[in-house]
Amino acid sequence: MTTGATPTTPEALRARTRDLLTAHPPARTDRTAFLRARFDAGLAWVHYPPGLGGLGAPRTLQAVVDAELEAAGAPDNDPRRIGIGLGMAAPTILAYGTEEQKQRFLRPLWLGEEVWCQLFSEPGAGSDLAALATRAVLDQDAGDWIVDGQKVWTSSAHNARWGILVARTDPALPKHQGITYFLCDMHAPGVEVRPLRQITGEAEFNEVFLTGVRIPDTHRLGAVGEGWAVARTTLMNERVSIGGMRIPREGGMIAPVAAAWRERPELRTHALHQRLLELWVEAEVARLTGERLRQQLAAGQPGPEGSGMKLTFARLNQEISGLEVELLGAEGLLYEDWTMRRPELVDFTGRDAGYRYLRAKGNSIEGGTSEILLNIVAERVLGLPPEPRDDKDTAWKDLSR
Amino acid sequence: MTAPTAPTAPADLLYSEAEEELRTAVRALLAARCDARTVLARAETGRPHDPALWHTLAAEIGTAGLLVPEKLGGQGAGHREAAVVLEELGRAVAPVPYLTSAVLATEILLGCDTAEAAALLSELASGSTVCTPAVPLTLAPGAPLPAPVRDSGGGTLTGTVDAVADAVAAGVLLVPADTGLYAVRAEDATVTPLVGLDLTRPLATVALEAAPGIRLADPAAARAAVAGALLSAAGLLASEQVGLAEWCLTETVAHSKGRYQFNRPVGSFQALKHRMARLWLDVASARAAARAAADALATGAPDAPLTVAVAQAYCSGVAVRAAEECVQLHGGIGMTWEHPAHLYLKRAKADSLALGTAGHHRGLVADFAELPAP
Repeated sequence: MTTGATPTTPEALRARTRDLLTAHPPARTDRTAFLRARFDAGLAWVHYPPGLGGLGAPRTLQAVVDAELEAAGAPDNDPRRIGIGLGMAAPTILAYGTEEQKQRFLRPLWLGEEVWCQLFSEPGAGSDLAALATRAVLDQDAGDWIVDGQKVWTSSAHNARWGILVARTDPALPKHQGITYFLCDMHAPGVEVRPLRQITGEAEFNEVFLTGVRIPDTHRLGAVGEGWAVARTTLMNERVSIGGMRIPREGGMIAPVAAAWRERPELRTHALHQRLLELWVEAEVARLTGERLRQQLAAGQPGPEGSGMKLTFARLNQEISGLEVELLGAEGLLYEDWTMRRPELVDFTGRDAGYRYLRAKGNSIEGGTSEILLNIVAERVLGLPPEPRDDKDTAWKDLSR
Repeated sequence: MTAPTAPTAPADLLYSEAEEELRTAVRALLAARCDARTVLARAETGRPHDPALWHTLAAEIGTAGLLVPEKLGGQGAGHREAAVVLEELGRAVAPVPYLTSAVLATEILLGCDTAEAAALLSELASGSTVCTPAVPLTLAPGAPLPAPVRDSGGGTLTGTVDAVADAVAAGVLLVPADTGLYAVRAEDATVTPLVGLDLTRPLATVALEAAPGIRLADPAAARAAVAGALLSAAGLLASEQVGLAEWCLTETVAHSKGRYQFNRPVGSFQALKHRMARLWLDVASARAAARAAADALATGAPDAPLTVAVAQAYCSGVAVRAAEECVQLHGGIGMTWEHPAHLYLKRAKADSLALGTAGHHRGLVADFAELPAP
């Protein structure tokens, strides 16, 4: 590939992308080979450092590269399937990893050769993540950590090669202090992944049982006891990835309801009409709010509205899919399939209203419950006083659970 | 000036630097001359309008002519700028005839292609004349134009119109009649103040008895001009509602931080925090909807009628909810006459009827989005 001065202008990036396409014509190049060449050209995520799939260019310029590649019909790395790796593991490894860890993990992660999962939530630690009870004890002789505990709601665990894991390494400290962050080999002895069947009948998530799992100290990310700060990096990146898409008018969940309304006049009632119009208006306003947020970001004036978009979309998805089931009348009594399946993706499109209705219930729970997000808006955006709490200065072992 | 008909780029939903400068000027004026105590004191005299404030706002800052082309003495700006002015006026529940004179009447006159209309526009743009259309404040875009006024021959007009906003401050009334649109001097009409729900945008009954009028447009042109003006005004009213809602939220948050009960600021109770957080979300969303409407009107976007209907269907409810929450979350003080919350609640509720209710605008959405009633 061309080398020399790091290109950080749109023109230079466009030229570099075309060089890649010339050297590896997508039509005649194996998918993995193309993706590997793209990574090595620094065009995977241009804001990453050279040698790690990037060029140290401004993050916003990725769009230039993506547009060129899309126009040329280049293969992509299936970002929806490997979203946890791309969106959460990678930025955390970049921020806290050793040079060896970055070299070892980022390339196969980006290529999708190694799928990642997130071993954070536990049965007793959901919104209160820092209450986690999974233990990691250092075996001084072997230099390994021995991990015991249970994780839950783990998407992709059954496909994952690696997991980002938070575990308690000092129960005598207050709960935010005694946590350490690890990169867990999902093929290690003692890792057991069990499907967790959900409200939809599918097992999109898993329970993960960790029994005497050995993690070498070289797979610790960040310092011992600093896991909470590392986890915050992961969680902040999780929030960034929500709500950033541009959708067309009447895109999203409102589309199938509006289509059913137009195509099937026999389903129409006045009461449903009023509710449909209210939700259509709210969906359009949510679209405009998201668009305004995007424009603020593009203008370098990030607003706090992003904190709220997930709340809005969760509520709308639930209300709209609920209306849709009702609109369908007798057909709304039916469900597409209760067979337990293990989907790789959450895909609302192409599914029946009943599935959408049930799956959307998770939208106000996953990635931060609506109640927690409202607290965040109230405290960080409006500056309202925090809830009084007595868990911050108490040793974790002395907290009630 | 002409409407681009090609598919357009996404609406610009931000504020430009010039718009922010305009906001700063209007806000500073209102902070100095139009605080809540002053507004309430004027309302209690039965003469809510402050002509001196109007003169400064309209003429010195030049807001009255924002929608008027420069060749007619205006600023040649547009709906985006007028929307910013209305945000600030809403934030202050300012008792000035901006929506009626600088928006509704101005837009009607811009739709009339006559020398008389042009002359009147110049007076409006300079702020020297206040003009209000003799239609009920509830008249909505898309609704049939009522014609209670009849031409009794030779341009002398007879009839009565109820619930005309700001007529008590007007020098000229724009009167739709069966034979067209007329300009009538206020002294040739009988303007009887009504006791309105909203203390800051006064209503009156306008009665005409063989009143002389100057014809500005024939019936078809009058209908089109009024329809266009109602669309613009409804779209810009959304910005007034955003400003109003934002004041309610800001005041409520400030109160909640300083008011202690059970040895804690009440704003630390989750039940209250969540209500304010939801309100903040609603206001942020209303702002996006109102900006979209202002931008669609400014650019003459083909989907402006839909965008305006969406903004009105949404922002009315947000303003009312914000004002209602403001009263509730202030506790007892929110129910008092001395606290300004009631001025905002009354304006918000009246605004939700003005220029079409949310339900009316949802009906328009149904038409534009092809989601027909059963």
